[in-house]
Amino acid sequence: MPSHDVMPNMELYQPVQVEDALAIADRLADRGWLVGGGQDTYGWLKDRAKDSDALIDLSAIESLRGVRETADGIEIGALTTLTEVATNSVIQDKFSLLSQAAGVVASPQIRNIGTLGGNVSQDVRCWYYRRGLSCYRAGGNLCYADTPQGMNRDHSLFETSRCVAASPSDTAPALVALDATMVIRSLDGERTLAAEDYFVGPANDIESTTALRTGEILTTVRIPNTWANASFYFEKVADRNVWDFSLVNVAAAFKVSGGLVEDSRIVCGAVQCTPRRVTNVENAIRGQAKNTATAESVAAMATDGARALAHNGFKIPLMQNLVKRAISA
Amino acid sequence: MKSKLTRRRFIKGVIFSGAAATTGTGIYLAANAQSGQSAAERLVTLNINGRERRVDVLPMETLANTLRYKLNMTGTKIGCNRGECGACTVLIDGVPNYACSVLTQNVKDKAIVSIEGVKETDGTLHAVQQAFIAENAPQCGFCTPGQVMSAVALLNSNPRPTKTEAAAAMSGNLCRCGAYEHYLNGVMRASGQLA
Repeated sequence: MPSHDVMPNMELYQPVQVEDALAIADRLADRGWLVGGGQDTYGWLKDRAKDSDALIDLSAIESLRGVRETADGIEIGALTTLTEVATNSVIQDKFSLLSQAAGVVASPQIRNIGTLGGNVSQDVRCWYYRRGLSCYRAGGNLCYADTPQGMNRDHSLFETSRCVAASPSDTAPALVALDATMVIRSLDGERTLAAEDYFVGPANDIESTTALRTGEILTTVRIPNTWANASFYFEKVADRNVWDFSLVNVAAAFKVSGGLVEDSRIVCGAVQCTPRRVTNVENAIRGQAKNTATAESVAAMATDGARALAHNGFKIPLMQNLVKRAISA
Repeated sequence: MKSKLTRRRFIKGVIFSGAAATTGTGIYLAANAQSGQSAAERLVTLNINGRERRVDVLPMETLANTLRYKLNMTGTKIGCNRGECGACTVLIDGVPNYACSVLTQNVKDKAIVSIEGVKETDGTLHAVQQAFIAENAPQCGFCTPGQVMSAVALLNSNPRPTKTEAAAAMSGNLCRCGAYEHYLNGVMRASGQLA
């Protein structure tokens, strides 16, 4: 497949108001491609691996930018850049889990333009799929990664269904751990989804990783005060410290009282197509001391049900160790 | 700071006019050849290195392409063209960005600084450039314009960074010669922390 240096010829819409963006998205339907910072999109377009008639660039919509404190938490506009999310003082004060996650995405330049909405809505990074091959996710009837010769060390351990690609986002596990709510708008109005339900695995929809439907725009991420100032742990393991996507990451929040875990959220990224909440571990440590002994005793549970592919078996001990570190920290 | 205020004002202006005339006004449709829009809408004014430049820009043209092939400012290098190397780093409203991964149509109201705009008007090199020479930072030199831009942006916001802060700020720029340590020493020298 040839690679191109220039973008394809497409129409470009640059609405400055959400209402206009919704009208355009509705009118163009499948012929329009919504874009925030464009750092995922432009690769697809330059490679000619996907195409569309028109780009609907949301980045000029100022009302979708910024962080606001509300009565019961905070609201982050979907167009807020990852740098802003990582450095915003309110987020750092109350939800440093998200600051940390946003601060390790890709590279400084990409964080300067890449948006929170884009980071959670980006497509999977399976190289066969991104090469433009006609795999299941691209509408074909075969998976190139899960074959005896397939290169799949970055792929999923859980919940694969034909497609074995993994969730690439670093902020997605943090938002799930913080019980965030995604606010989605369309011409028909507004609907909200728990972050956990925003992400969709291949068994439910093999062509999209989010619950966004045609004509819909993710406008806001709401984080309730439920986990404000909890004890947080975030760690990303990747081959390189910059640019690279997680091999496994963990975002965890603990409410600790008298050394005992009252409640927790432990979420791993890059181990399945959606952020994976390790609920069996969360349940097992409830009421237990938050220490290394507890961590050691439950770590193996984190990967219950994991099915390694030919080359990603290392993710099983990696995920166990990250969960262990989160609990012992 | 000044450019930021200007940009705010611009956007408020657009929002206001959109609100006054309901749907449709707030939309800017950058014309392409097939849509039958007049070519005039492709003619945009860019603020590059403090100068206004009128340039004919396609809807989907990247800033790196505009700089190099429309304005003949070839100091900005295109390495990977995928936002994975940093050679094309420019400052947009003072913030380092990959010019290969920004649409020119998106920076019409912003202040762009490329490597050509870093030196003084009398030709004196920027402290970062002088320090990079002193530290023998460039080897093949292809990544150097991007390295300079990231270092300039860092020192503008943090004039005396620690080496760790400098490494973090420069981490979005690859150097395939592996002269990272020299570039970092250059940043420390430019910030007056290395005699």
